[in-house]
Amino acid sequence: MMQEQKTSMHFQGRAHKVGDHVDTDAIIPARYLVTTDPLELGRHCMSGLKQDWIKRINRGDILVGGKNFGCGSSREHAPIAILGAGISVVIAHSFARIFYRNGFNMGLVLLEVGDRVKAINSLDQLEVRALDGEIINHSTGETIRSLPVPEFMANILARGGLINYVREKVG
Amino acid sequence: MGKNLAEKILQRHSPEILRGPGQIIPCRVSLVLANDITAPLSIDSFRKMGAKKVFDPGKIALVCDHFTPNKDIASAEQVKKVRLFAREMGITHYYEGGTSGVEHALLPELGLVGPGDIVVGADSHTCTYGGLGAFATGMGSTDIAAAMALGETWFKVPESIKVRITGELGPYITAKDLILNLIGRIKVDGALYKALEFSGPVLDRLDAEARMTMANMAIEAGAKAGLFPVDVITLDYCRTHGRNDLNTLQPDHDAAYCLLMDMDVSGMPPQVACPHLPDNVKAVDELKEIRVDQVVLGSCTNGRISDLRQAAQIIREHKVDKGVRFIVLPATPKIYAQALEEGLLEIFMRAGAIIGPPTCGPCLGGHMGILAGGEKCLATTNRNFKGRMGSLDSEVYLGSPYVAAATAVAGRIIHPERI
Repeated sequence: MMQEQKTSMHFQGRAHKVGDHVDTDAIIPARYLVTTDPLELGRHCMSGLKQDWIKRINRGDILVGGKNFGCGSSREHAPIAILGAGISVVIAHSFARIFYRNGFNMGLVLLEVGDRVKAINSLDQLEVRALDGEIINHSTGETIRSLPVPEFMANILARGGLINYVREKVG
Repeated sequence: MGKNLAEKILQRHSPEILRGPGQIIPCRVSLVLANDITAPLSIDSFRKMGAKKVFDPGKIALVCDHFTPNKDIASAEQVKKVRLFAREMGITHYYEGGTSGVEHALLPELGLVGPGDIVVGADSHTCTYGGLGAFATGMGSTDIAAAMALGETWFKVPESIKVRITGELGPYITAKDLILNLIGRIKVDGALYKALEFSGPVLDRLDAEARMTMANMAIEAGAKAGLFPVDVITLDYCRTHGRNDLNTLQPDHDAAYCLLMDMDVSGMPPQVACPHLPDNVKAVDELKEIRVDQVVLGSCTNGRISDLRQAAQIIREHKVDKGVRFIVLPATPKIYAQALEEGLLEIFMRAGAIIGPPTCGPCLGGHMGILAGGEKCLATTNRNFKGRMGSLDSEVYLGSPYVAAATAVAGRIIHPERI
């Protein structure tokens, strides 16, 4: 899934909204942290929010969070579980710091939009042009601009994540 | 313009001239940490990066503490993976079994973290070491893998919030009450991307363990770090824990802050964070008849010797309420041994507590105290997110060791002075 993003950075999918302060225990409860397998983690994505949340998700859907998305623990299993569930993009009012960094490292596309997140409803059809920071809501006809990504982090994302970035340095 | 604590420490470790908040700079790291949950992912990333050896086998700490003693086959396999990696890389500071304890209690005790250090850990409570004047922060496993390989990482220089703490601490008022009160005021995203810097006359009343309790929960306000200045209290602690740090570290008088906060602690009652966020904080007396099924004393927040002493002081000559499981987890083997010597464990045993091994265990719903649907727990831990300690229908309240012991005796959340 990291490869797909690297080549296009252009996504289309249905929005699934969650609330403010969705923590990493909600994204992937600790009892599932006995594996590092993305697909296995993906099966339990958001089960700390609602047990069978994952059943509503189709590959390519887009997760839309409120304030402080991904707060709590540093577990990288959180962005991995989201990717493992087939979600490549998270849009939120704001992101917790560690999660934000982890997301980029894992090649998960994160777009911060502040209060404009209110212009997205659950099940809206979204088109995301990540490189331009542009979200087109085809259900409402509105276009939302995301806050710019720091250049340093855009570089990491452009290489498909931190692993490739460091690989060049370790060489 | 002068520098605040975060800027001073970052500048010491960076080849670039620090200009101010928002700037992204590379920094050399003093110590890199991971645990039994996060190290396996770091090891995978380390291999994928093509790294063959760690930057310095003496500057990496791998602490197996979350699901240990291994709760099941899968967690045993994870620990095995970490053990083999540590052996292969010749890592000095590998801890498992009887040498291991809750990482953020263990590393300060071993003198592995201290003033002016930059510590990065694949655990969000790495910020604990800010209590000793280290710039310490949690990151994900892959960032940690990069730091293990390169000995450096990158930081966005954070803005800092200065919290000036004044007034008189009342009886039964601890560092836990102060930090819960602060989080209740600024909320769980009140310090997002920022550093919290503590100051004011009350710091003289807070020992190193208390400061670590406060710095530990900086992340619960979204902060990147929670920093205390380095003074005689810090240097004394470091000296008795195998370090020879000599220099104090204070922010410059003309340092810049994005926010100045005053916190007068006079008259503050014990604080409790109610379900399901650490910022849902109330005075203990506002809680009416909250009956609990379990009380947990332990964790990287409040599992140190001073915490056990406080709880023992309350529960001495009392019994744990019949409907309550009171679980006591000394955070490290050394704390366990000291509690044994001081007779604290006997006090807990006679009261009817369960004394377990050093482990993070129940704090994150790992093991050794999981909640069923409808159950409530008062814990000295740091997070009360929905489902954190077990069932999605359980509830966790956070409080100090005094409040924990009082609650264990009463069977409901009460003010320690009422025992």
